[in-house]
Amino acid sequence: MDAIKQNIGAAADGRKRAMGLLARASAVELQTAWQAIEPKPEVHPVRGPESGLVMVRGRIGGGGDPFNLGEATVSRATVRLGSGEIGHGQLLGNDREKARLAAIFDALHQRSEYSQVVGQLIDAVESRIDAEDRRQAEETAATRVDFFTMVRGDN
Amino acid sequence: MYVAVKGGEAAIANAHQLLADRRRGDRSLPAISIEQIVAQLGLAVDRVMAEASLYDRELAALAVRQARGDMIEAIFILRAYRTTLPRFGMSVPVDTAKMKIERRVSATYKDLPGGQLLGPTFDYTHRLLDPSLLTDGPVAEPTRRTADESAMMRVSDILAGEGLIEGDGKMPEDHVPGDLTREPLEFPLNRDLRLQALARGDEGFLLALAYSTQRGYARTHPFVGEVRIGEVEVDLDIPELGFAVSLGPIQVTECQMVNQFQGSAKNPPQFTRGYGLVFGQSERKAMAMSLVDRALRAQEFGEDVVAPAQDEEFVISHSDNVQATGFVEHLKLPHYVDFQAELDLVRRMRAEYDAKSGAGEDGAGKDNGVREAAE
Repeated sequence: MDAIKQNIGAAADGRKRAMGLLARASAVELQTAWQAIEPKPEVHPVRGPESGLVMVRGRIGGGGDPFNLGEATVSRATVRLGSGEIGHGQLLGNDREKARLAAIFDALHQRSEYSQVVGQLIDAVESRIDAEDRRQAEETAATRVDFFTMVRGDN
Repeated sequence: MYVAVKGGEAAIANAHQLLADRRRGDRSLPAISIEQIVAQLGLAVDRVMAEASLYDRELAALAVRQARGDMIEAIFILRAYRTTLPRFGMSVPVDTAKMKIERRVSATYKDLPGGQLLGPTFDYTHRLLDPSLLTDGPVAEPTRRTADESAMMRVSDILAGEGLIEGDGKMPEDHVPGDLTREPLEFPLNRDLRLQALARGDEGFLLALAYSTQRGYARTHPFVGEVRIGEVEVDLDIPELGFAVSLGPIQVTECQMVNQFQGSAKNPPQFTRGYGLVFGQSERKAMAMSLVDRALRAQEFGEDVVAPAQDEEFVISHSDNVQATGFVEHLKLPHYVDFQAELDLVRRMRAEYDAKSGAGEDGAGKDNGVREAAE
């Protein structure tokens, strides 16, 4: 039973990771991956794509109770494959087409025959983000202050 | 008698056409693109996002362009736009401890874990105009250095280890965070609602109030425990899935202001805190916000409320620049009827005054000859 739960947990973690990375994918990355899929699966819209707002919350003092900081634009879509899988796409910004494609890839992610193409896409997005983050971290690190003490020549 | 007057449609249409022309300016120059505004006037874009209370760089840049660089007008436009969108939900509170740091400095600890990271700051520049920016010369790539992978400890956690600082803000059990975009404000406010109002408050107004506390109008003995700028993930619960997913990152600026506190009957001597959190890179605003947040907590600590910055209703009622500009600027719109009534009243009072003070200036205040237009 625990093993089943763990498996479900692992599947959810995998999907959570994939959805987070699909939200970060560029329009070009999504389009290119979608064009590479032949034949195209049957996709039915369930909801959206639509744009709206999410109220972003912060925490008082950084770690205290939540407060409403301000809103962010979000686009989202839900699609159903001909084979029945439901996919959700949701990401910051106004790009509804990106949300629709992200939803399609989330649905395809649940089908083993597409695991390779979806895996390649999200791995590529992840390595791009990692490289961007590393570059920024290194640029920031170069602005780190190295304090030193001046030795006074008293003696 | 006043008769309603119509007219002005043609003048208004032509004025707006003229506005569009002046906005575009000299046609021999290339138009500035949204991408250019986002990339090269990024801090203007950030201010518009913060005070419009809407995180979207592209739309904020569009607003800046449409408003010809008038920040409050841009904020107004973006605020108006947000009312047209449905709200999908509330995010999981962002975790600033996990921020991808672009800048982090502390004025209280020199050697804090993670170090002092200056990032892209104006500090230590000489504030001399740079003529080289008159032309589009090459710009060197930034220097890189191996990054320290360890987590950036919050300064408040260092002091908390000694028990010398108050904890992060707690609200009563079952408290639902207030939302001023949904319910009208009723004073006194809880701290969560105050922080929402301050986060969207006018930078200039909050800066002036923060400055006033430093000059002695409510003393707060502040130290910048920490300022950090960087990206945090925005996670949203997806009910259909039963877990939260990331929507992507937003950039925020956080300020932990640490303030000395003598102690009271209820609380031992310790450091107290003011908190600032703002969309985008906006250190001045985050610092001002944290100073004003602390000043507004005066009653909580049993301090006397003696200064404007401590007066919650005064501060929060006047911190919103869209409301403020609406009420101030409406004065230029037609008030012909209001003024007609005032004019009649003043004339009558003047006639009574003249009658009382004798016949010395007979006729001087009469209105013969000058007839006001009734439109």
